[in-house]
Amino acid sequence: MSLPGPETLELKTSEDVVRARQRVRVCMKDQGFGLVDQTKMVTATSELARNAVDYGLGGTMRIESLEEMGRIGIRLVFLDHGPGIPDIDLALTDGYTSGHGLGLGLGGSKRLVNEFEIWSKPDEGTRVTITRWR
Amino acid sequence: MEKIPILKLGEILLVSIQVDMHDRLAITLQDDLTARIVKDRARGVLIDISSLEMVDSFIGRMLGNIAAMSQALGAQTVVVGMRPAVAITIVELGLSMQNVRTALNVERGIEMLQRAVEESEEDTTHEPSGT
Amino acid sequence: MTKSTSRLNDILEKNEKEILDDWMREQLASGTLRKDLITESELRKQSAELLGLIINATRSGNVTEISGTEWKPVLDFLAATSKTRAAQGFSPVETATFIFSMKQPIFTRLKKEAGSNASVLADEIWVATVLTDKLGLFTAETYQKSREEIIRRQQMELLELSTPVIRIWEGILVLPLIGTLDSSRTQIVMETLLQNIVDTNSGIAIIDITGVPAVDTLVAQHLIKTVSAARLMGAQCIISGIRPQIAQTMVHLGVAFGDVVTKASLADALKYAFRQSGITVT
Ligand SMILES: Nc1ncnc2c1ncn2[C@@H]1O[C@H](COP(=O)(O)OP(=O)(O)OP(=O)(O)O)[C@@H](O)[C@H]1O
Ligand SMILES: [Mg+2]
Repeated sequence: MSLPGPETLELKTSEDVVRARQRVRVCMKDQGFGLVDQTKMVTATSELARNAVDYGLGGTMRIESLEEMGRIGIRLVFLDHGPGIPDIDLALTDGYTSGHGLGLGLGGSKRLVNEFEIWSKPDEGTRVTITRWR
Repeated sequence: MEKIPILKLGEILLVSIQVDMHDRLAITLQDDLTARIVKDRARGVLIDISSLEMVDSFIGRMLGNIAAMSQALGAQTVVVGMRPAVAITIVELGLSMQNVRTALNVERGIEMLQRAVEESEEDTTHEPSGT
Repeated sequence: MTKSTSRLNDILEKNEKEILDDWMREQLASGTLRKDLITESELRKQSAELLGLIINATRSGNVTEISGTEWKPVLDFLAATSKTRAAQGFSPVETATFIFSMKQPIFTRLKKEAGSNASVLADEIWVATVLTDKLGLFTAETYQKSREEIIRRQQMELLELSTPVIRIWEGILVLPLIGTLDSSRTQIVMETLLQNIVDTNSGIAIIDITGVPAVDTLVAQHLIKTVSAARLMGAQCIISGIRPQIAQTMVHLGVAFGDVVTKASLADALKYAFRQSGITVT
């Protein structure tokens, strides 16, 4: 069947974060994901988009619908060119925050998806890729 | 500026979050509520989130903050109407919201608040000095 | 390439009626037609519509690249048709025959129209073969996917059936779990129970696992997560019927029940629930 092509959204403001999660909600629905799956992916979107805005000085989110070996999936790539994360393991630890958050965004998103990949380099930026399969 | 309306019902303040809130709107709500608790001498705050399709760490933190601040100002907070999918997701995310009281719906929430208000009144009559 | 030179559209357009008649004859003779599932007039209507859509698409000059936008109406029609056929119980062969039986009638017309020039004829037959094969494969694929979807849904329904939530009293639900719990069943149990709590406005839910022979770490964690989710919604979950053996395994596995209320038997749990709801039992 024909999959919708990938698209990219700007992430600059907290309104963009709202738009990002609304767009992901629609894509998940279109691909036939159940309510709980939708909610998990939308929540992960909110966390990662906010991190890109708050810590990454703004960035982008790419949405891609996947179909591999009969499986349907959605992949999101959050990319920013901010300061990067000096210690990824520490950032992933529940409760660690360099700001005033709860420190649940990264670790929590990881638990909400099937695949989680993070790349970051000081002064170059951060890229988080998440995938959820139906 | 957009704002989330706060209604007053006796000693209770009612908030029904109907929109997908961005972060500044959430912070505004938190500030407005604390101001209103003081101004209206409210004893209870009821936050209806049955329209919310998602609660992330930011909104979770806001709800926790409201509960803690209202407590400090002598009011109880109850969050009502969380959807099953939202609750399942929050648990997986790792948010415990331990200090937040919850009820299934508005009716049960109001009952709970009224009971809490009565109990605290009994406490104050027994111990006029309070804590 | 095929784009500007193919006469396929021309030939199809000119011979639409003949091709449709031939195609119908092929389908009726194929022996794979399910007269019990589709009537001849219905089949004719479907065939005519598809042929019309194909002719429309080939008019663009793009006669083989079915991923192009001009082919979208054709693909949508095929997707819808194979979906219905999958649901109605047609076999994969029966469904694919719908498309492949179109080949012969088209070839016959190509021969009549372009038969004088062997190389032109070879080209046109090649183009028509590529096209029908692609459409046939697309149909088979959507059919397959629809079947998988149906099976998945049936499995889900079966799982839901096996988790009966009982409203034992106003405001009190009981979920007696019987049989082996695996991770996916526990997950569905969790969702069904939580939705029932909302629907019935029940403040207390008892999950009774007396009938469950064994509980592994994953299942135990799911149960605890259910209790936490219920609390966030404003309801209290009680787990009852944890047999000594299961309790031992759980302690062994390091599963902590924390502040989850557990009761040895369903009766104890019920007594507790009644007391919590202010109902007196004598
Ligand atoms: N895109 C990013 N660029 C730079 N640093 C980041 C980025 N994302 C996360 N971090 C760092 O990782 C830390 C942990 O992030 P995480 O999202 O887990 O928690 P938080 O944002 O601090 O709080 P919460 O998300 O719970 O509100 C952040 O405090 C920040 O220091
Ligand atoms: Mg964060």
